[in-house]
Amino acid sequence: MSVHKPLPHDSARLHVTGQARYVDDIPVPAGTLHLAFGLATVSHGRITAMDLAAVRAAPGVVAVLSAEDVGDADCSPSAHDEPLLAQGVVHYAGQPVFLVVAESHLAARKAARLGQVSYQELPAILSVEDALAADSRFEDGPRIWARGEPDAAIAAAPHVIEGRIEMGAQEHFYLEGHAALALPQEDGDMVICCSSQHPSEIQHKVAEALGIAQHGVRVEVRRMGGGFGGKESQGNHLAVACALAARATGRPCKLRYDRDDDFLITGKRHAFRIDYRAGADEAGRVLGIEFDQYALCGWSQDLSLPVADRAMLHADNAYFLPAARIVSHRLKTNTQSATAFRGFGGPQGMLGIERVMDHVAHKLKLDPLAVRRANYYRPAEAAKTGPGTARRVTGPHSPQPPATQALQTTPFGQIVEDFILHELTDKLATQADYAARRVAITQWNRASPVLKKGIALTPVKFGISFTLTHLNQAGALVHVYLDGSIHLNHGGTEMGQGLFQKVAQVAAGVFGVGLDAVKITATDTGKVPNTSATAASSGSDLNGMAVKAACETIRARIAGVIAARHQCAPDDIRFTDGQVRAPGQDYSFAEAATLTWQARESLSATGFYRTPKLEWDRIRGHGRPFFYFAYGAAVSEVVIDTLSGEHRILRTDILHDAGASLNPALDIGQIEGGYVQGAGWLTSEEIVWDGQGRLRTHAPSTYKIPATGDRPRLFNVALWEGENREETIHRSKAVGEPPLMLGISVLMALSEAVAACGDGSVYPALDAPATPERVLMAVRRQRGGGDA
Amino acid sequence: MSEIAFLLNGTPMRLADQPATRSLLDWLREERRLAGAKEGCNEGDCGACTVMVSDSRGTHALNACILFLPQLHGKAVRTVEGLGDPDGTLHPVQQAMIDQHASQCGFCTPGFVAAMAVNHLNGESDHDTALAGNLCRCTGYAPIIRAAEAAACHPVPQWLRQATDPAIFCPKISRGESRASVTGGSAPPPFIPKSSDDLAQWFAENPQATLIAGATDVGLWVTKQLREPAPLAFIAGLDDLRGVTLTDSEIRIGATTTLADLHKAIAPHHPSFAELIRRFGSAQVRAAATIGGNIANGSPIGDTPPALIALGAMLHLRRGDARRAIALEDFFIEYGKQDRAPGEFVEAVSFPRQQDRLRCYKISKRFDQDISALCGCFNISVENGTVSDARIAFGGMAGTPKRALAVELELIGNSWTIETAEAALPAFDEDFQPIDDMRASASYRLETARNLLLRYFHEDQGTPVNVLEVAP
Repeated sequence: MSVHKPLPHDSARLHVTGQARYVDDIPVPAGTLHLAFGLATVSHGRITAMDLAAVRAAPGVVAVLSAEDVGDADCSPSAHDEPLLAQGVVHYAGQPVFLVVAESHLAARKAARLGQVSYQELPAILSVEDALAADSRFEDGPRIWARGEPDAAIAAAPHVIEGRIEMGAQEHFYLEGHAALALPQEDGDMVICCSSQHPSEIQHKVAEALGIAQHGVRVEVRRMGGGFGGKESQGNHLAVACALAARATGRPCKLRYDRDDDFLITGKRHAFRIDYRAGADEAGRVLGIEFDQYALCGWSQDLSLPVADRAMLHADNAYFLPAARIVSHRLKTNTQSATAFRGFGGPQGMLGIERVMDHVAHKLKLDPLAVRRANYYRPAEAAKTGPGTARRVTGPHSPQPPATQALQTTPFGQIVEDFILHELTDKLATQADYAARRVAITQWNRASPVLKKGIALTPVKFGISFTLTHLNQAGALVHVYLDGSIHLNHGGTEMGQGLFQKVAQVAAGVFGVGLDAVKITATDTGKVPNTSATAASSGSDLNGMAVKAACETIRARIAGVIAARHQCAPDDIRFTDGQVRAPGQDYSFAEAATLTWQARESLSATGFYRTPKLEWDRIRGHGRPFFYFAYGAAVSEVVIDTLSGEHRILRTDILHDAGASLNPALDIGQIEGGYVQGAGWLTSEEIVWDGQGRLRTHAPSTYKIPATGDRPRLFNVALWEGENREETIHRSKAVGEPPLMLGISVLMALSEAVAACGDGSVYPALDAPATPERVLMAVRRQRGGGDA
Repeated sequence: MSEIAFLLNGTPMRLADQPATRSLLDWLREERRLAGAKEGCNEGDCGACTVMVSDSRGTHALNACILFLPQLHGKAVRTVEGLGDPDGTLHPVQQAMIDQHASQCGFCTPGFVAAMAVNHLNGESDHDTALAGNLCRCTGYAPIIRAAEAAACHPVPQWLRQATDPAIFCPKISRGESRASVTGGSAPPPFIPKSSDDLAQWFAENPQATLIAGATDVGLWVTKQLREPAPLAFIAGLDDLRGVTLTDSEIRIGATTTLADLHKAIAPHHPSFAELIRRFGSAQVRAAATIGGNIANGSPIGDTPPALIALGAMLHLRRGDARRAIALEDFFIEYGKQDRAPGEFVEAVSFPRQQDRLRCYKISKRFDQDISALCGCFNISVENGTVSDARIAFGGMAGTPKRALAVELELIGNSWTIETAEAALPAFDEDFQPIDDMRASASYRLETARNLLLRYFHEDQGTPVNVLEVAP
């Protein structure tokens, strides 16, 4: 059985030898043209004049397209509000205004800088305050979901805290920048090779822009050099531009963004401000809570509504909130259109409640972990076992919940029926020696005047499924050839997460063959149509099941043919070790395939899967948007320098729930990488726009993702041993996004370290990213200084 | 003969028709269809384009995106495609990367593999430092470091050892004319001087020329600003401008000494300066960048000038046959303006031998491969409990690297106590009026500059002040 094995990434050998091919590596046909966008230099303004003569005259330029040339070609994934080129008004600095088509990449880039565009500048909306003052938002007003009477609950609570946390945007910084190649075909058809998590959407947008049927466009994606959500919708512009230019010139057209252009044009993680007010009892249990979430969405709608929804859906994280009001403002601003990014709003919502837990603990002078445990949802075990039979599943610090109580529900009404964080936290806290280290750190800090340490354990409960319910479907196409080799295709895309290998393991498992019999092929809209984006951590859940279904269809046909030869039941035919075993006779898989063909049965099948049990009303904010939850927890220990605010992670211990992992090696890779990416979001990765809305951090020279030295010095990562209670593919759980939020433990540990500089009277209120500057400001507040 | 000659994965290359500012990366990908090395940032900050380059001074990892073809003359280049044994066996680092699950999306992987193969060859064991110039967005680095550690247990493949041995590979590069002349378009061919005298004469005659040593700065003029500087002189090969010379009275650093070489040479004398250089750029950048370039480009955020100023450095300049020496701090007049005449170039920088009292504090958002928000270098001498001398200089606090003269005055002659240090803090306001930018606010810069004096005092008293030295 190939599933559950820690096999290497399917392309590992290609990666390390430089043979793995990305879009920019594909040899292009002779005569291929190269594109570059001319970008807006103001964040909001009416175009008063556009002189492109110098652009047209530049060496190597073949054509220059502006808005009137491309019509209303649109690149939006949602609201049809993103013209390919600005139409009269620019809405952010970096917005494409014109398109250069040239003989080389360099010629296009050089010419794109020669455009003379004049603007009548308009007031730019750049902040929460600006947007609220102008009532600049998506949807008519804030989305509000509520349960109980939070006002009354807070008013009646013995302790009330109130505060605000700001969290910055985050650039995906996929190592491979966006790229697309359009190859014009006969009869006006178009083939697109691109770096996209959503080939079907590329197909649809290109067909729409060309005014042809979707069957006239085929999109192929073999792999991406990283996606992280940044290639869910942001590749549309490149593909549409290439397709239009290819049609206009009759030549293949290619566009890849220079890194600075990629930063300037494409969207990032939504920056959020979250205001909170909570009432708590003496144990730190939250009795009532109110959140105001302000999402800075940028200039177009893109995916901001579901992102903001998911932030609301994770405003509880792992905690039962008996009375809650969650208000979400989706603010329209004159910056890059914020987009999907690993976690998709979940991290922001979760950081809000983790901040509340930290704040409550500080106020009540309790161990933040004790407060977190006190607020955890009731465990799944308690409900399953009857009175008197409840086994102790929680540690010595967790209040034992009465076993007879019913399971609890989220603020949006989903029953939390798989909650494992009590046990998981106990195990992690023990393995990481949390309690003893916390005491030791307090002592260490007393003896250290300049450096201070902090430690924090934070949990993750992340909902798995697209919240737009109809997206929870997938298709697959599987062929078996006469030599027993298998051609595998499905709607998911490979961006490094190992999806292709996991799904290949599923396929090999169904047929009982080795992985070398399975050919993983590029995602192709001509093979599997109408796919969802590879997003929401759903890749292996959805595509694994679809592939399994397709393989089982073929397997049943083979079994039927072999069974008929042996006059036994198809169920008696076994597929193992590359053999098809009938009573009394084994066939090689190739022989069985050939016999099936000779029996005139099809060796090709599609498979389809839809996630069950989902029911969700996003306007009411009620139902079951998620099939299940994925869990995890991390303990991070940090040290800060109170003179400069510099800090680093000393040690991290993680225990994460991937269900019955399809591939533990790949899953641990997702966990390690997700944690470091989350830590980067909250520490060194600072997106800076200046007062005019111009992005000042647009290359790795100014935008600092973690480097190797930034990973924890000690980094212990383990998988929780358990299986998904829901019937997912081999009882595994999705693992793409949840680990990112383990990085929240770093910010909370920093908060502890900062608090160690004070007397307990001032809450650190550390905003993110916690750069040295923000940490130093927080230290200053502890020591009685105001903000500088 | 107007060619540049080098080995590419063991095969002799002779190029005569390439623009002088064509990057190795573009040439590999577009002309040679060797697409293993990737363009991740096109500015030498991500390492995805890393290649192995060997010459008579050793084997280094370099960023191919900001490496101009003429810089390769006489060298041996090996890309990721050329790291496996010709018989198909993977290089130990390649195998270890597979075994440790160290590639996910794979885009950074060729650069990592090339850098790791260099480190493996050179016996480098500080993997975090040696790989700080390679960014990975997927793995969180842990498996990559595990791979580097695992590969270290395997010997360098014999064939690769030979392939990087200059005694073996140099004869393979067809020598002929040892000077390259590469032309491209209408630009004049680049000048490659044989000696510093040669350079002095040519530069005096071509004072508008751009001198290129490591191209870690000029490379970005080309790749990001899309400039076409001309005429060009490639000077990294000038042996008589390179090297660190120690006498009884001074340490003299030749202008084309790379930061990597300086790091090694300075460590025994001023370990804090060496630690600053360890964090300067990345291994790829330090192997190319020179001390002369870091000074002469006049940047207010270059990291070596504050340290050198604190050490009392003199700058040695030459124009034609005229030489002069000035205090390094006097070279920096204002932002974008240096005391350098057209046609004049940096020959060396020198400073007196002295007891090591230097501490260098580089403050940035990320420890490795980041440009300083501020960089404070303190050299405070104490005799019998009294401050006898103080030289303090900062980068990032003004339009130039700048001495903290007012602060120094507050310290000199006073007893070396925390009270003295604290009393000197207000003087920072006299010395510096920093600016806000994307790296830090003015107020943070000023407050931290003051705090760094306190850090110096605490460190001098033996109090732990460095988060990088705290064990888990």
